[in-house]
Amino acid sequence: MSIGHTLLGLLESGPRHGYDLKRAFDERFGHDKPLHYGQVYSTMSRLLKNGLVEVDGIEPGGGPERKRYAITDAGVTDVETWLAQPEKPEPYLQSTLYTKVVLSLLTGRNAADLLDGQRAEHLRLMRELTRRKAGGDLADQLICDHALFHLEADLRWLEMTAARLDRLASEVRS
Amino acid sequence: MTPTGALLTAGALRKTYGATLALDGADFGIHPGEVVAVMGPSGSGKSTLLHCLAGIVRPDSGEVRYRGRELSAMSDAERSALRRSDFGFVFQFGQLVPELTCVENVALPLRLSGVKRREAEARSTEWLDRLEVSDVAGKRPGEVSGGQGQRVAVARSLVTGPRVLFADEPTGALDSLNGERVMQLLTEAARDSRTAVVLVTHEPRVAAYSDREVVVRDGVARDMAGVA
Ligand SMILES: Nc1ncnc2c1ncn2[C@@H]1O[C@H](COP(=O)(O)OP(=O)(O)O)[C@@H](O)[C@H]1O
Ligand SMILES: [Mg+2]
Repeated sequence: MSIGHTLLGLLESGPRHGYDLKRAFDERFGHDKPLHYGQVYSTMSRLLKNGLVEVDGIEPGGGPERKRYAITDAGVTDVETWLAQPEKPEPYLQSTLYTKVVLSLLTGRNAADLLDGQRAEHLRLMRELTRRKAGGDLADQLICDHALFHLEADLRWLEMTAARLDRLASEVRS
Repeated sequence: MTPTGALLTAGALRKTYGATLALDGADFGIHPGEVVAVMGPSGSGKSTLLHCLAGIVRPDSGEVRYRGRELSAMSDAERSALRRSDFGFVFQFGQLVPELTCVENVALPLRLSGVKRREAEARSTEWLDRLEVSDVAGKRPGEVSGGQGQRVAVARSLVTGPRVLFADEPTGALDSLNGERVMQLLTEAARDSRTAVVLVTHEPRVAAYSDREVVVRDGVARDMAGVA
């Protein structure tokens, strides 16, 4: 995720202090990974340097978190361009799991067991996300669903692979 | 898993249909209040396992014990009485009686066990409410959406307060959003009443509502509790 664009976007509705920006980010997008103050300051100083934000006021007491930032016209254009740009779909062609399956077949180990273990691990996380979703608000549900659909895709691949292990085994060994 | 305290267990189940070996030594166990997902590819034997556990299909060999009693040792009449009193069922399609209204459909298992009409419908209305479909009570199944019909079917499966609920692909015909809501309502209700749920599904997101999973492959069931 582009932290710079996200912080800029949060500034569009009005100027904010550094600590306030961090809190807004964490509340909406930082579910598992809150921002470090250091990330906020380095990002804001880069945005300042590029003319995408300006300092709109400084609270007494000093420290970078006391600075109040406002977005500039160039900043608004930058957010707009970023939002309009489709995200590059992940190609997912570097699967560690695929590598492990092929290596176990090559070395005569049990690849079906490996897949069973992976399914159990995936389902464990899926259960946790499903519980979190049940107790959460709409934002939690959307975030968890996104993760759940990806994990489900992994498991579909896993079942297809499990069903074709014998064929894969004869191919990798030939 | 240990059979200690298990409600329903199966050991070494074998079942053939002609030349097809549907179950090839399947084991299974479930405790009160537990939700167990039975997963596996199409044709692996999931539904056959469920039917054997519920006493609908008689295995060629192996045993199914419910609260210590062996199902195959019971008479047909005893087995169907047990199914009515202790088991609930929900399937993927076509389970509602088209001529009856939704509330009458839910009340049907109660009526069959001798509950008076007024009380049966009052209890059914509560279940329809719980499944968020009280508004379709007076409609016939042909007049409601797939998601509503499936909630009515879930209400009907739980209205008798079964100790075991057998659910075979209960969300298979629903879109994701409806399917998940049905799963959430179903598992919440089952957990509240300590009803054990045997949940056959090939969908991981549905299985994620379970406490653990059993994977069936080529007629063999593998308990994944100790894996990974
Ligand atoms: N009533 C039946 N008559 C003949 N074959 C059956 C019958 N029921 C199931 N089978 C066969 O037994 C195997 C297991 O089926 P089933 O238990 O329905 O699998 P699943 O529910 O996992 O898709 C399949 O090969 C299926 O074709
Ligand atoms: Mg089936």
